[in-house]
Parts: sequence; C-alpha cells; structure tokens
Amino acid sequence: MKLALIVLTPFIGALIPLLAIRAGRNICAAATAAVTGLSLVILLTEVPTVYSGGIPQASMQWLPQLGLSLSFFVDGLGLFFAALILAIGLLVILYARFYLSPTDSMGRFFCYLLLFQGSMVGIVLSDNILLLVVFWELTSLSSFLLIGYWHHLPASRAGALMALVVTGAGGLALMGGMLLLGHIAGSFMLSEILGRGDVIKASPLYLPTLLLILAGAFTKSAQFPFHFWLPHAMAAPTPVSAYLHSATMVKAGVFLLARLWPVLSGTQEWFLIVTLTGLATMVIAAWIALFRDDLKALLAFSTVSHLGLLTMLLGLGTRMAVVAGVFHILNHATFKAALFMSAGIVDHAAGTRDIRRLGGLRRLMPITAGLAIVAAASMAGLPLLNGFLSKEMMLEEAAHTVYAGQAWLFPLFATFGALLSAAYSARLVFHVFLGPERQDYPQHPHDPPFGMWVPVAVLVVPIVAIGLMPATFAGAIVEQTALAAVGGALPDYHLALWHGMTPALAMSGLALAGGLALLWVYSAVNHARLIVPRPDAMAMFRASVAGMVRGARLLLHRVDNGSLPRYMCIVITVIGLLGLAGFLGAAPAPIAGDRPTLPATLPAITGWLVLLLACGLIVWRHYDRLAALIVTSIVGLIVSLAFLQFSAPDLALTQISVEVVTTILLLLAINLLPRTTPDELPRSYKLGAGLLATLGGLGVAALAYAAMTRSFETISGFHIEQSLPGGGGTNVVNVILVDFRGYDTFGEIIVLAIAALTIFALLDSAMHGAAGRRLARMRFDPQAHDPHPLMLTVTTRVLLPLSLMVGVYILLRGHNTPGGGFIAGLIVAIAFLMQYMASGYVWAHRRARFDSHAMIGGGVALAGVTGLASLLFDRPFLTSTFGYFHLPVFGEVELASAMAFDVGVFFTVVGTCLLSLTTLSRVEERVEQASKQAEARSR
Amino acid sequence: MMNHWLIIPVAVPAMTAALLVLAMRHSLNGQRILSLVATTLQFAAAVGLYVFAGDGETRAYLLGNWPAPFGIVLVLDRLAATMLLLTNLLAFGVVIAAIGDWDKRGRHFHALFQFQLLGINGAFLTGDLFNLFVFFEVLLIASYGLMLHGGGARRLKAGFHYIAINLIGSTVFLFAVGAIYAVTGTLNMADLAMKVPQVTPANEALLSAGALLLLTVFAIKSAMVPLHWWLPPTYGSTSPPAAALFAIMTKVGVYSIIRVYALIFGADAGPLAGIATPWILPAGILTLVLGTIGVLAARSLLDLACYSLIASMGTLLMAVGLTTAAGLAAAIYYAIQSTIVSAALFLLAGLLVQDGKGQTRLVRIPQPATLFAGFYFLLAIAMVGMPPMAGFIGKLLILEAGRAASYTTAVWTAMLVTSLLLIVGFARAGIRTFWRSPRAALSARRVPMRPILVIAAMIAAVAALSLLAGPVMDDLVATAEQILAPQRYIATVLRPRLASDLAGE
Amino acid sequence: MSMEFLMATGIGALTVAGIYLILLRRTFPVVVGLSFLSYAVNVFLFTMGRLAIDLPPIVSAGAAGYTDPLPQALVLTAIVITFGMTALIVVLSLRTFLETGSDDVTLAARSDDELPSAHRDEAVR
Repeated sequence: MKLALIVLTPFIGALIPLLAIRAGRNICAAATAAVTGLSLVILLTEVPTVYSGGIPQASMQWLPQLGLSLSFFVDGLGLFFAALILAIGLLVILYARFYLSPTDSMGRFFCYLLLFQGSMVGIVLSDNILLLVVFWELTSLSSFLLIGYWHHLPASRAGALMALVVTGAGGLALMGGMLLLGHIAGSFMLSEILGRGDVIKASPLYLPTLLLILAGAFTKSAQFPFHFWLPHAMAAPTPVSAYLHSATMVKAGVFLLARLWPVLSGTQEWFLIVTLTGLATMVIAAWIALFRDDLKALLAFSTVSHLGLLTMLLGLGTRMAVVAGVFHILNHATFKAALFMSAGIVDHAAGTRDIRRLGGLRRLMPITAGLAIVAAASMAGLPLLNGFLSKEMMLEEAAHTVYAGQAWLFPLFATFGALLSAAYSARLVFHVFLGPERQDYPQHPHDPPFGMWVPVAVLVVPIVAIGLMPATFAGAIVEQTALAAVGGALPDYHLALWHGMTPALAMSGLALAGGLALLWVYSAVNHARLIVPRPDAMAMFRASVAGMVRGARLLLHRVDNGSLPRYMCIVITVIGLLGLAGFLGAAPAPIAGDRPTLPATLPAITGWLVLLLACGLIVWRHYDRLAALIVTSIVGLIVSLAFLQFSAPDLALTQISVEVVTTILLLLAINLLPRTTPDELPRSYKLGAGLLATLGGLGVAALAYAAMTRSFETISGFHIEQSLPGGGGTNVVNVILVDFRGYDTFGEIIVLAIAALTIFALLDSAMHGAAGRRLARMRFDPQAHDPHPLMLTVTTRVLLPLSLMVGVYILLRGHNTPGGGFIAGLIVAIAFLMQYMASGYVWAHRRARFDSHAMIGGGVALAGVTGLASLLFDRPFLTSTFGYFHLPVFGEVELASAMAFDVGVFFTVVGTCLLSLTTLSRVEERVEQASKQAEARSR
Repeated sequence: MMNHWLIIPVAVPAMTAALLVLAMRHSLNGQRILSLVATTLQFAAAVGLYVFAGDGETRAYLLGNWPAPFGIVLVLDRLAATMLLLTNLLAFGVVIAAIGDWDKRGRHFHALFQFQLLGINGAFLTGDLFNLFVFFEVLLIASYGLMLHGGGARRLKAGFHYIAINLIGSTVFLFAVGAIYAVTGTLNMADLAMKVPQVTPANEALLSAGALLLLTVFAIKSAMVPLHWWLPPTYGSTSPPAAALFAIMTKVGVYSIIRVYALIFGADAGPLAGIATPWILPAGILTLVLGTIGVLAARSLLDLACYSLIASMGTLLMAVGLTTAAGLAAAIYYAIQSTIVSAALFLLAGLLVQDGKGQTRLVRIPQPATLFAGFYFLLAIAMVGMPPMAGFIGKLLILEAGRAASYTTAVWTAMLVTSLLLIVGFARAGIRTFWRSPRAALSARRVPMRPILVIAAMIAAVAALSLLAGPVMDDLVATAEQILAPQRYIATVLRPRLASDLAGE
Repeated sequence: MSMEFLMATGIGALTVAGIYLILLRRTFPVVVGLSFLSYAVNVFLFTMGRLAIDLPPIVSAGAAGYTDPLPQALVLTAIVITFGMTALIVVLSLRTFLETGSDDVTLAARSDDELPSAHRDEAVR
C-alpha cells in the first residue's frame, strides 16, 4: 500500500494545483512541490530496506483474467530512477514557479506536470508489465498535454501531435510485446519474469517479442530512426523540456532496456540491433546538435546522442557496460537538467535562444555563465567532472567491442561521437558565454532571481562532487542500481578518477582535442554541410499526416458519396452473393424437390400472365407515376387472388383492404409529388440494374421453388388441434394471431401506432417553414376540379353506417371465420376515409367526433391491459380465457379475452389509418383552398 | 410460481407509450415525468433481471401460457440480461439529457423513445425467430421516428436512406425466416437448435442459404462493412439524444449474430456448424479499417463520432469472429464500454453544435469550452483504447483472445495499426476543434446543464468499468461460457409441460 | 406447368421489378419498388407453408384437411407491418419533397467542410 502511495500521490495531488492556484502562484507552486516531496519522502523511507538487499512489494488485483494487477516493487533500479524523477521534479517545480509568465495558467501546468510525474514513477516501480504499459501510455498522454501547453502556438500543437503519435505507436508495439513476453514467461509479474531469461530467449516468439519491445523503447528514447520527434517537443515551456529530457520521458526507454536486460540481452539479435542503433543515434544526433543554432535544440539533440550512448552500452550485454550505463544515466541527468535550465534563463534574460545572436554573456550574467560552463564541461567530458568518468568507461567498453567481426568499427565511431559531443559543448560555451560582449541582444541580459538559478546550482554540486570523488558520492548508488539491473553479481570495478594510461584515456584526449579543432573550423564545416540537402522531419511528418487524411477522404468519397442507388446496388449484391454462397456451400442438391406438385389451372395461368405483364409494365412505364400506381394495385389484386386460390381467405381479405388504403395514400401523395419520374439515368446503368434485378429474381424464384417442392414437418399441427379446445376459435389463423402468437400481433399494432405517430409528427411540421412556403405556392390544375362529385358524396354518406356495421360484424366473427380486428379496422377506416375523399377534409373533420390519437393509444393500451390481466391470475402475459355465456335474446354467446385483444387491434388500426390519412388530406386541403381562391381571383 | 419479471421490460414501455399518446399528448411536462419514471422503472427491472440471471440459470417465459415451441417464449440468460442492463442504463442517461432542449423540437418524442426501448428490450428477450423480426421492426420504425424527430432537410433525406436500406433488410429477414421455416417447420430458436442438426442433405442448401441471408440482415444492423452505408448520414444528421440512444442499436445486430450463430448454427449444428464464422472475422477487420479511414477523413466531430462507432463495431465483430469464450467475453466488455463512449461522444458533439442541424462548430462559451475539451480528451482516450479508460482494457482483452485463438497476425496487425491511426485522427480533430480556436474568440452562450452532467456520468461509468474490470470480466466470462454451451438454454425452453405446470395449472 | 412453378416465377418477377425500381434515383420509384419487394416476400413466406387448394385452416367437422396456418399468420403480420412501413416512407418522401423541392434521393456532402479552427471561426463571424 505504501508503495502504491508513492505512485498515487502525484495523481491524486494533480488536483491540488488547480485549487491552490486560487490562493496565489506561490501557494500553488509550494503545494505542488509538497506533493512531489511527499512521494519522494515515502520513497526514501524504503532506501534502507532496498540497500540492505530487500525488495519491498505491494500488490492489488485488477484484472486477474489477464494477469493485470496493481503491483509495485522497489529494487535498486526502480529506486534510482524514481528518486531521480522526483528529485529533479522538485527542482523543475521551483524553477517553473519563476519561469512561467503571469499569463500562463499555472494551475493547469502543475496539474499536467504531476500527472506526468506520477506516470513516470509508475513506469519505474511497476511490478506488472501490463501495468507498466498502462503508465507508459499515460506518459505519452500527459507529455502531449505538457508539450501542447502553449496551444495557441502552431509549433506546440505540431510538436505535441508528433510526440503523441510516435510515442503512442511505440506504446502500442510495447503493448503487444508485453503480452507476448507475459505469455512466454507464463507470468506478467516482473519479479517472476526476471528469473526466466532462459525460457524467454529459447522461445520461438523471442524475436517478435524483442522487436515489439524495442520499438517501444526506441520510440520513447528517441533512438534513430525515431529521433526526430524529440527536438520538436522543445516547443514546450523550458521546465518541461528540462524535465522530459534530463530525467524522465526519454529515459523511460533506456529504463525499459535496463529493466528487461537480464531476460532479453545477451543474444545475438539483441547485440546486433541495440548496439548499432545506439551507436548510430549517438553519432548522428551529435552531428546534428553541433549545427543547431537554437540553444534548446542543440541540447535536445545532445540528449538524443547521450541516449544513444546509453543504448549502445546496454546493447553490449556485458555487465561492466551496464555499470557504465547506470553511472552515465546519473551524470547525464545532472548536467543536462542544469544546462536546460540555464538555457531557459538565457532565453528569459536575453530574449532569444538563437546562438548566433548570443555570446559574451559571461560578464552580464556571471552566475548563470559559471554554472552553465561547468555543466557543459562535464557534458564535453572534461576531467574532474562526472561526465568525464562515465564517458571514459563507455570508451573503455567500446574499445574492445568487436561488431560483426570488425574490431575498428566501435572504437572509431565511439571516439567520433565523443569528439562531436566535445565540439558542441565547446560551441555552447564559446558562442554563448565567452567571446566579445554584444550590443544587439533583444533584451538586456542579467542574472535571474535567486529562485531560478538555485536549482541549477543544486545540480552543479553533484557534477563536481562525483567528478572528484566518484566512489564516495556515487559508489553506493551505482552499485545497488547496477546490481538490480544485471540481476546478478557485478564484475569487480572501481569508480575512480585515474585508471592509468588506458586506451580510453587516449581516445578521450583525442576526442577533446578534435572537438576543439572542429569548432575552430566550425563555419567552414557548416557551409560545407549546408550544401547537401537535409531532410526536415516536421515537414515530412506534416506531409504524411496531411497525405493520410487526404487519401482517406479521397477513398471515402469514392465509396461513400451519398448516392442511394449505389448503396442499394452494393447491399443487394452482397446479400445475393452471401445467399448464393450459402446455397452452393452446402451439400449439392437439385433445385426441384420430390414433393408432388399441383397442376396449373387456366385461371391461375391467366393471373400469372397478368402478373408478368404488370411487372414488365412497371419496369417499362414507371415514369408515369399514376400509371405505375394503377399497375401496383393490379398486382396487389392478383396477389390477394393467389391467397384466395391457395386456401388463405384471411390473407386475401387483408391484402385487398390494405391495397385500398395504400392506394388512397399513394393517390394523395402523388397529388403533391411530381407527376412523372425523369428518365435521367444512363442506359448502361439501367442495363446493369436490370441485370442485377434479374439475377436477384432468379435467386428468389429458385429458393421459392426449391422450398415448395420439398415436403417438411411443421409444428402447426398443434395449432390446428388446439385451436378450438385451447383457443376457443375455429379460425386457426385468427387464433394464432390473437392467442398462440398474440405477442407478434401486439408488436405489429405497435408498429402501426409508431408509424401513425411519425407520420403525424412529419406532416404536422409541414405547414410552416420551407415546406409550408412551398405548399402555399402549390396549385392543382383547374381541370381536375370540383373535387367532391355529388354522386360520390351521397353514396359514401349512405354507405358509412352500413360499412361500419360490416366492420363490427367482421370483427366479432373473426375468431371463428375469416375476419378479425385488423380487417375490420381497415374496412371501417376506409368507410371514414371515403367521407374525407368525397366530402373534403373540412366537412368530414367538422363531423368527426373521434380523436385518432386517443384511438391509437387506447387500442394499444386495451391490447396491453388484456394481456396483463392474465398476470392477476398468475398466468403469463397474453394468456387467454374464454367461456360460453347465456344471454337473453342472443342465446348462447362465446366471449373470449382474445376478443378484447382483437378490439384493441381494431382501434389501433382505425386510429392509424385515420390519423395518417386525415393529416395528409389536411395538407391537401391547404393546397385545395389556395387553388380555389386563385381560380376565384382569376375569374 | 412463474417469474413475471421477464415481461416488465416490454410491458412497461408499451403501456407508458400508449398512455403518453392516449392521455398526455398536450402536456410536455407530464410526458417528461412519466417517461422518466418509466425509464427508471425499466432500469430497476433490468438490474433485477441481471441479478436473477447472475445465478447462471436460464429462465423461459411462455407467453400466452402455450408450451414452446408452439407459442412465443421469452428467454432470460446472462447475455440477454447484460444487454438489457446496458440498454436501460444508456436510456436512463439519454432521457435525462433529452429533457429540456431536445425533446421539444418535434411531436411525440417521449412516446417514440419508449417505443424504441420496447423494441430493443423485446429483441433481447425473445426466443422466437419470427418474433425477433417483429421486434426488429418495432425498434426500426421507432428509430425512424426518433431519427426524423425535429425535421430539417438533411435529416429528412438521410432518413430516406436509412429507411430504404433497412426495409431491404426487413425483406431479407422474411426471406430468410421463410427458407428456414420451410426446412425445419419451426420458429422457436431452441427448437431450431434441435432440428437444424438433423437437416437432410436434400434440404441442406436451402437451410444454409437461409442462414447466410439472415447473417446479412444482422450485418446491416451492426453496420458491418460493406453494409454500413446507412449509419454515417443517419447518426450524423439526427438529434444528439437519438444518436446517443442509437449507439445501442448496432449492438442489437451483434447480439443477434451471437445469439443465432451460437445457439442455432453453433458448434453442434451438424453440417451447418459455424456457418457464419468464416465471414464475421474478415468482415470485422474490414469494418475496423473503413471506420478508421472515416475517422481520419472526419470533417466534423459528428463524422468522427459516426466513423469511430463503425470502427468500434469492427473491433467488436472481430472479437466475436474469434468464437472463443475469451473472445466473446472480450467482445461483450468492449461492446459495453464502446456503447457508452459513443453515446457520450454524440451528446458532446451535439452540445458543440450551434443548432440541431448537423454542422459542428465550436460553441462560443468561455468556461464550458475548457470543460468540453476535457470531456473530449477523456472520450477520445476511451475510444482509441488508451489507459486508463475501459477501451484500453477492451483492446488488451481482444489482443490476448486473438493470440490465444491463433489469429494473432491478422487480429494484431489490424488492431495495432488502426489504433495508431485512430490516435492520429482523434488527436488531430481535438487539436483543430479545441486548441486552434483562441479562448478569446469564444463568446458566452447558455449551455444546458443536464447533458453535461450525463456526459460526465458516462465518462465516470467508463472509468469505473475499467477499474472494476476484474469482477466485470468474471461475469462476462461466465456469460460467454453460457453462450457457447447452449444445451441448458434449449433444455429450459423445450421443457413445455413442466414450465406451464409451474404457471400453476 | 405446375402451380409451384407459377408461384415461384411470379415471386421472381415481382422481385425483379422491385429490385430494378429501388435502384433508381427518385423517391417514388424506390417506394413502388419496395412495395413490389414486399409483395414478393409476403407471397414467398406464404408459399413456405406449401400450396394447398380448398383446405382453409378453419376447423370444421367435414374438412378434408387443413393447409399450414402458421405461415398465413406470419404473412398477415408481415402485411400489416409492411403497410405501416410503406405509409411512413410514402409520407416521408412527400415531406422531403415539400422541404427540399426535389425528390432526388442523393444526399449532398455536408456544407461545412472542415473541422472548426481559429480562422474558420473568423470566417464565420
């Protein structure tokens, strides 16, 4: 739990700055520092345990199914990094307090900073590799926020995006790598994995695992060829850069290599990939750094170069190299943080970071200059400073490294790298602080307030101390850390200033001399360099992102261009293909089955011919919409005849009455729609469509024929035999509808209800807005006038009561003979609609005493209540009961609860038809009146 | 004693909607109260049902007290319960968000909302193939109503696309059911599971054609590429609460795929065993890729929300396509979190929109702008699958399942590459929307409080889902195992007499 | 020629006409096409109970037998649902025409073509 606190404190504390800022900037900074300090203190309490060989652990379950747990442990390595992160964090906070300008929201800044800090500490203390990935990704996210902190600057936005994308990509790779690693090791707990190096190296999955993990580490630590993102992270405020580049973000990759060193290193693949990457990065980055004019960019690339150095050391796979690496991590953190802060100070004071505009600051800001020069000297590797010692050890290792049989390769390039590093360090010193004073600084430089330079001073102390007495000041730390890193005994070594005349010393001297010499001819070399074209990473990144977006849009517009016909084509093709796949995928069988077929009769053939004719007509003549409508209703008629022919009287009745209502509806619609469809599509398209349609038709026909000519067993025998005894009705179809499958019918009337409501909602708004204006402009042509012919009017009015009675009759008898609520409802609805058609909306509406909304709601409610009633008797929903009662006059009468349900259906149907069609005819009426008036005026 | 709880998720919304239409047509506030109460009730019922199903039993409810397979039967198992819980949790949030500004832009919002819930709940509960069709129609036509709610030229045109394409789907559904009935002579899913294995070679082709036609229907619902066409215009042009609620509708399609192809055409379906499997995984990858491309190409936060929804559907289908218990469990986990995230994203996009008409321009409000940026950041993290949100856990689970199911290369490449591209897309969109517009340029404007709270709650829910991943996965693994061992289900449903005796005969 | 053949080919013909019409670019033919498809599928579903003449599923003492009533019930439900859907889409196409003045089904690309950004906001104001 205590360990978890070290990590959690910054996360929880991240809220504090947001609140504390109300109490002023000093309080805010203090509070933030307190949070960091707290977690540092808790960490330090573990030091005795760790340095006496103990490994404190703490674990909480999170996702056991995956092996993901909230587990932390502190060993030498973790302790070293965590301490580094938190300690430098403290200095950065102090520094930032004075660095941030009043216009910057400090609360937000420190909030992000703490989030980042917490994620970093999480990485180095995680005992669970999946948890490590979690924190890894969190650093990517929080650094995104930090780098983009000044998001009004394009550079910040671009840099943040780049950093996020590159490190995010690495994070994903790492995610995969860790899953594989855990799978191979059979555990996701580092403490266990570290003991299973042999298993892992032996596994066939070793290489993919290694590559994925290295991808993660290299992107984070900005190793070549992923080095390009780091300099652009410079857009962040200097405290952030100082933090990211000295102790944290970029060290995460190196940490990971060190952490997994015992299980992954020592193989040929590891050696070949890691060392070479490291060496290449070291040299290339150093070369770039030398020619950067932006102070921070120079430092950034030098960071990359030093990370390359570390990577190389870890790649070598020798324990001594690890010791050197650990030592250099410590040293680099100190002098690099110091240098970044000095750079920030110079920037603040002189108003520019451009080396070409600086120089001679020695006198103007002596304190800063003094501190910076010491740090730079250490970076260059001057004796008596810590940078020198670890560089010596590095050169020593490189000196006897044989890469792919080449003994000269590493010594040479290592020396060259050191040479370049000496050169840019020297440039920093000479071109910024030494040299003649100038008059054209953007601002007059001066030393900063105490609070800003003291962190630098604090960092310079260890630089010198370790440089002079390494064993005393760094011995223990290096030993403990290296022990944990190699996970075994250490070779005997001693950190000391003087190792005697070693090849390393020679290489070192060569490097220093060469570095100075190179600076001497700097301008010449620079001109030479400028001749060759150099790639601009940001430009390339921008271009590739923009390219991706453009490509994506192009592709998307190709496929997704808003054309319904195309979508329909694709949808239908896919459906057809899958159906075909199913048909062919199964055991081959002839389409025609063995069931005896019925001989075709003459009327049937006639009807069939008419149908084919109608289908042909509609395809050919659909442009004339009225004609199309007539053809459609003819087809409907034939369909209902077919139902009648094959013993489905209910269907026939339903089909025909639906047909009538639909036709009325379409007629009303056509009235307002264009009368014809333009013949606008290219012939080729129509042919294609025709072909697709034909294929679809053939498929369906084959399916139907195949089914009809095969015999099968069905469950409906039960329905027939239970219809009367169980359902109390002889009309099996109706009993199925209201009883056996009453639930379907319940859903079905709800569909109708919703349709009506939607139609109402749609047309209700049609009276105003764009639609309303268009309606107001519409006119019916005078020819088609006198919309209410007397004959029709009279007949419909006489017929109304009659048809109502018929409707009720059909409703009641439906349970035993063809009929039922649905058909009845339609008939009644038609009767009323006739009134509207014949006598016009106004007349009918004035006499209509019913509220169709209520009918719909009531109908559904009635059906529902009938169903729920059975719950009172602890029977399931929609359980029906029926009985025979003796009523005077009527005699024996059957009453079934299903009938009440059917009445519900009836009302819903009537309501639906009336609501939809009356609202529609109301719209018509609007135009009607307008046309009338127009005519009157024209007369 | 019969367990009448099963009917609540259907009865309550049905009666509520009826009542809303019947009596409360003229009082918007009345509608709001009733709708809210009903939704709360359904949520409570869903919790109850989830607890019931938690004991691993499958429960059947014989409607009309007719023994299966002759009547229609409702079935509650872990999967159904989980989906119900998710649906009603979402609905609860959405209805709160909708009350106030969005529900008064057209008629009958709350009635349609309740009908919508009725359709979705019904679809999750039914154990009958044709009844599934009926409830598909209910939820579809309700969604047409909700989608068109408020009107506007673009919405109307998009609505036409949506309806037309889905009507094709409904038609195919009937063709498929017909073909299946023509061979098996039954509609009850459990009964089908019994009869499908015994199909004669002569009828096999007919049946498998039916089976795959059915797959296309569910594929359309779940926006499986290349049948996804309806989604972006529809969700992109409808009102925010509708879009938020629709986040669950795509899952209905996936649910049906899981149900039908694990139960009816599952491992022991004889010659037709696993008939859909070879199609789902590749289609899932294709969907994921196209969704990602859409995210990259996004021109507005609405596009972003739409296509990221498609991408998440791809991930989901991919996991389902693994057809292992681990894959299914991961899929359901991912479905839960992606549904909530999509919904929140749509609500957020809605808040950023000036009017209901589909152009996403950053609303000019000083403080909320920062708040919205924070919301977006968290939702984006969840959607692309980065920690600490649940999306990360989901992707981790799916990757692991993919490895175990030895589809490593395919699944991993798809997942990792698209994740990166999603990061690019979301980061780019976020930067452009929230970072490029200087705070100064944001002039004040009233923002509705409720939606903001709802979004915050949804984000909290996703975070909680990630924190409680352990216990949640325990349930979901159990769910997956129950799905893959349908014998219990079949036995429970086809225990006709016994069940109706329980009904107290 | 058998009745089965007539029915199968009839369904096929309806499907051909339906598919062809929904592939066109105006709302009206699409609507008509959809109703043709629903005719086709309703008849198809009906025939899945196989064809029988003069055997209506109405229980009576003298009946020689009954045709399969289940598909009939399903088709009835299907017809009703289709009716609701058709009504809705007809009104929708009318409403769309009234709103936009065109019955073309193509959906134009959205008007605002880039994610919001500083200068866009300038442009807007």
